[in-house]
Amino acid sequence: MNTSAVRKADGRLPKAVGVERAAEMIPDGAVLMIGGFMGVGSPHRLIAELVRQGRKDLTVICNDTSRPDNGIGLLVVARALRKVVASHIGTNPETQKQMIAGDIEVELVPQGTLAEQVRAGGYGLGGVLTPTGIGTPVEDGKQTIVVDGKTFLVEKPLRADFALVAAKRADYRGNLEYEMTARNFNPLMAMAAETVIAEPVEIVPTGVIAPDHVVTPHVLVDYIIQRSRPNGR
Amino acid sequence: MDDKIVIASRVALELAPGELVNLGIGLPTLVANYLPPGVEVFFQSENGLVGVQPVPEIGLEDEFLTDAGGSPVGAVPGACAFDSAFSFGLIRGGHLSATVLGGLEVDEDGHLANWMVPGKMVPGMGGAMDLVTGAKRVIVAMTHTAKGAPKIIPKCTLPLTSVRRVDLVVTELAVIAPTPEGLVLREIAPGVSVEQVVKMTAARLIVPADVAQMPVAA
Repeated sequence: MNTSAVRKADGRLPKAVGVERAAEMIPDGAVLMIGGFMGVGSPHRLIAELVRQGRKDLTVICNDTSRPDNGIGLLVVARALRKVVASHIGTNPETQKQMIAGDIEVELVPQGTLAEQVRAGGYGLGGVLTPTGIGTPVEDGKQTIVVDGKTFLVEKPLRADFALVAAKRADYRGNLEYEMTARNFNPLMAMAAETVIAEPVEIVPTGVIAPDHVVTPHVLVDYIIQRSRPNGR
Repeated sequence: MDDKIVIASRVALELAPGELVNLGIGLPTLVANYLPPGVEVFFQSENGLVGVQPVPEIGLEDEFLTDAGGSPVGAVPGACAFDSAFSFGLIRGGHLSATVLGGLEVDEDGHLANWMVPGKMVPGMGGAMDLVTGAKRVIVAMTHTAKGAPKIIPKCTLPLTSVRRVDLVVTELAVIAPTPEGLVLREIAPGVSVEQVVKMTAARLIVPADVAQMPVAA
């Protein structure tokens, strides 16, 4: 069987690109979702390349801004961001400094709400109803809805121009598998962006990742970052 | 004895075999060290794991297996990993037996404030709001005072984490149960008097006739 004849839903195989080329596709001012939790499961090569290319005015939707020397923290230090939507910035003093100086806009969102907003964006929902944040500053300016006597906040869906996701393995078609706590927001974000760029640790032949182990189906993945060296590790 | 050990060892007695428990970063993480023998509890880490345990041996750390603070952890046999939406489904959906969190303030309504000090410290709420809103039991593990100032006060001055009433507050001086009637003093630490606890607490305390002594780690 000629596996290369099997195509993505839009008629293309996911395209393997170098990290430089991938970063070049992302313009200044783009809205990005970037996976990772304190840098674990973040696409580190893509982030470093965006910094190297001097990208500016990005909006980044992410769990946290990690530390100044790690993951998404590098984009903050490089002043590549105009706005951050995140649940936690406490481990990165640079984010707080730029926020207080008015150089960066920070929208803080409860972590479970952020996950659901991304999920809603990817699943075609008009938003989610959550009890989290009622009676706190998170409620300010938001609609509430009473369902069976219980009050919920209406949280709107989030979408992005690009999702930059990190995976343990990709196969030739772009099916993705994740590892332990490096999964976090990655599969959710892969559903919620116009263009999905995956940065796998390994690339394996199609079929090596069993159907039951595929977490992000290849139909969602537009580009796979090539390994830095032939044959992986 | 170290205040943190007093608090962590007392909180550990609240956990029952088979429960699913989320421990916050910092002091609450210590609770895992004081589980009574034979009590097997499953620890959740909100970054996507049920079955957290310490790294079994130095050198066995894995960069893709970490706690919510990004520090390396291990995983018990039978552990499972999942994404952030599922993780918070466990939390918000009432599947979590208990959460243990730190606190900046707790008030007479049992409200907790623990995520920001306007103008000074704005780290973000992370998972705290979902945890306090959704866990079956919320246990606050914190020092009784901060630089001598009471943290248990009539009304929180800091932005709330949730309007849900927390279930138990454990400090190095006392165990206090927020109830619809107010804050009930349940236990006092060894060598501490009820009067001392009342003095160090700005909120009104309901003091029953029988206030037990807090069991602490031997």
